[in-house]
Amino acid sequence: MYAYDELDRTLINERVSEFRDQVKRRLSGELTEDEFKMLRLQNGVYLQLHAYMFRVAIPYGTLSSKQLRRLAHVARRYDRGYGHFTTRQNIQFNWIKLAELPDALAELAEVGIHAMQTSGNNMRNVTSDQWAGVAPGEVEDPRIWSEILRQHTTLHPEFSFLPRKFKIAITASEHDRAAIKIHDIGLRLHKNADGETGFEVLVGGGLGRTPFIAKTIKPFVHGRDILSYVEAILRVYNQYGRRDNIYKARIKILVHELGIEKFAREVDEEWRQMGHSALTLDHSVIEEVRSRFSYPAYEKLPHMPDELKQAAHDPLFERWRKNSVAPHKVQGYSIVTLSLKPVGGPPGDATADQMDAIADLADKYSFGEIRVGHEQNLALPHVAKRDLPQLWKALDRLGLATPNVNLVTDIIACPGLDYCSLANARSIPIAQELTRRFANHDTADMIGRLHINISGCINACGHHHVGHIGILGVEKNGEEFYQITIGGRADENAQMGVLIGPAVPYAEVADVIEDIVEAYLALRDRPEELFVDTVKRLGVEPFKERVYATR
Amino acid sequence: MPLVKNGRITTDLFVHVAEGAELPGDGAVLISAARFLEDPEAILKRAGKTGVIWPNSRAVDDLVPYLDRLAAVALVFPTFRDGRAYSQARLLRERHGYDGELRATGQVLRDQFVFMSRAGFDAFEVKKDADAEAFAETVKRYSVFYQPTGDGRVTALNRRMQLRHSESAGQ
Repeated sequence: MYAYDELDRTLINERVSEFRDQVKRRLSGELTEDEFKMLRLQNGVYLQLHAYMFRVAIPYGTLSSKQLRRLAHVARRYDRGYGHFTTRQNIQFNWIKLAELPDALAELAEVGIHAMQTSGNNMRNVTSDQWAGVAPGEVEDPRIWSEILRQHTTLHPEFSFLPRKFKIAITASEHDRAAIKIHDIGLRLHKNADGETGFEVLVGGGLGRTPFIAKTIKPFVHGRDILSYVEAILRVYNQYGRRDNIYKARIKILVHELGIEKFAREVDEEWRQMGHSALTLDHSVIEEVRSRFSYPAYEKLPHMPDELKQAAHDPLFERWRKNSVAPHKVQGYSIVTLSLKPVGGPPGDATADQMDAIADLADKYSFGEIRVGHEQNLALPHVAKRDLPQLWKALDRLGLATPNVNLVTDIIACPGLDYCSLANARSIPIAQELTRRFANHDTADMIGRLHINISGCINACGHHHVGHIGILGVEKNGEEFYQITIGGRADENAQMGVLIGPAVPYAEVADVIEDIVEAYLALRDRPEELFVDTVKRLGVEPFKERVYATR
Repeated sequence: MPLVKNGRITTDLFVHVAEGAELPGDGAVLISAARFLEDPEAILKRAGKTGVIWPNSRAVDDLVPYLDRLAAVALVFPTFRDGRAYSQARLLRERHGYDGELRATGQVLRDQFVFMSRAGFDAFEVKKDADAEAFAETVKRYSVFYQPTGDGRVTALNRRMQLRHSESAGQ
């Protein structure tokens, strides 16, 4: 965990007091809605279909039990008793009252949580691997760098009014759980030949109506130079990014229009002129940030405790363990994923009672720490293996032990037309229907790893382009239709899915997905071949044929 | 539109000269970049100070040769959402060492004062009277800053390091 000190707390409180004044001026009419819009967005407040939506940052996905309890409190006191975890390590509340927002923010500030820059045309919440610091084999804990970047990008005096929103993600593992290739800047921590730590810097990734996979702009930037290099990229983007058309304002368009080589030359020239700047991080500064991350006092535990051996006789426990429990870098410990995708539930939602209960379980079994991942699930990052059977029973009682992590019902979905003013079609009911269709765990297990992503509009909050199966809601003559893509992925081999054919009406979506899955089961050359690999091997044609031959 | 300079509402000594209008023989003038660049040497020879209104779509490099003879540079915020002038301001102050008046014009609201002052602006043509009157309290809203800029304020990182040194010195 990272401990905010007096300076961090002061800044958050100053922000709350500024926003309180801004809300007051809006309510009195001193600020027009146009003027206020930008200010509320910079504090995570959207005006949605039915009410204000409030998006709270969970920097690099790390939460303490105390913080999670406070989020539960906000859900209960200021909203309707639940919250929605998003694909960017945020939590959203959907029914908040504008006049009460400053109080909600003040209560969150008491535990070091804020909503700064969770929206607006500025640098958004820095995201990272939800297994940071505990994943075996990572170069180092990427949250140290995430925190350095979090601070640097917060209330930045030059980049708070960019052409468009700007997202940075960091990974330090070979397997990318942070989806860095679909971010404006993706940073991959690695060591060079001299054993020095630095970043491969990727730029210009993003989804939405013009999706791009990020390109490498520099294979190695030393850690001490990362702030100046990011600042050089942002300065070029701030000056040359398009402002005439919001659909063309993202950095991915600038990179695409200039070409990565020319863009890289512009950035290098800017970087060269910055010279040895105040942004260069000296060793002691990096170590100061590192020193404020604390790690659990792990016990020396056996690799295979008796409790686990005994529980292995219970097939239900085994099913959950195989699906939800991942290796930890410390012997005798595990990382446990809590599925927020129960059959028939809206993906990523948690009730206030669940949040409180998870906080209690985190205290009991995970040194008080919880993680939030972009797949809209939570994780307990430090669970002793001997505690797994007890934890499983407790999670099961809370409806948080659905053994479907990474399986066909572990669906990523945006809120869609049920909440969002931008959406053209519903997302949640589609997800709910699919979880019912594939509710049989044996079938889901047989299908194996398969990611379905659903977006209710072209803005792609559900990351449909990079779903193994992507479902995009569109509107045709007042009716909801859905385009289906297959073969996308968001990991280290990220790529966009390919459209299989004409959009299908709402009522047929679940049937079509079943057809695609059946086709895969018939086409895969062995049970271990993942859906996405079968698509890679065979292309979309056989799937297209199966779906449209009878329609 | 009230002008805030050195933290106070003040009279604007610069006369905005409209396009095509004749330049007065003396006195401080504020003119467009296009007009200035037509014949900068002639304009700079006038008796009286020269200020230039520089558009946010043009690199400040073209202005750099004249900076030491300019009394004011006005940068433009056509809407408060368009933040290009923040980069221009920092480049003028920090890279090119400009130390004359740096003025923010256009859609200038109190909610931008902190950002603007940190980027190097010291004069503000404020859109609303109430915002101009609130300048002193608004610009002091924050006491903690994460990023180093040319305004010289000590960043949180550096304050922590200083704190750490003084603690270890006291032991």
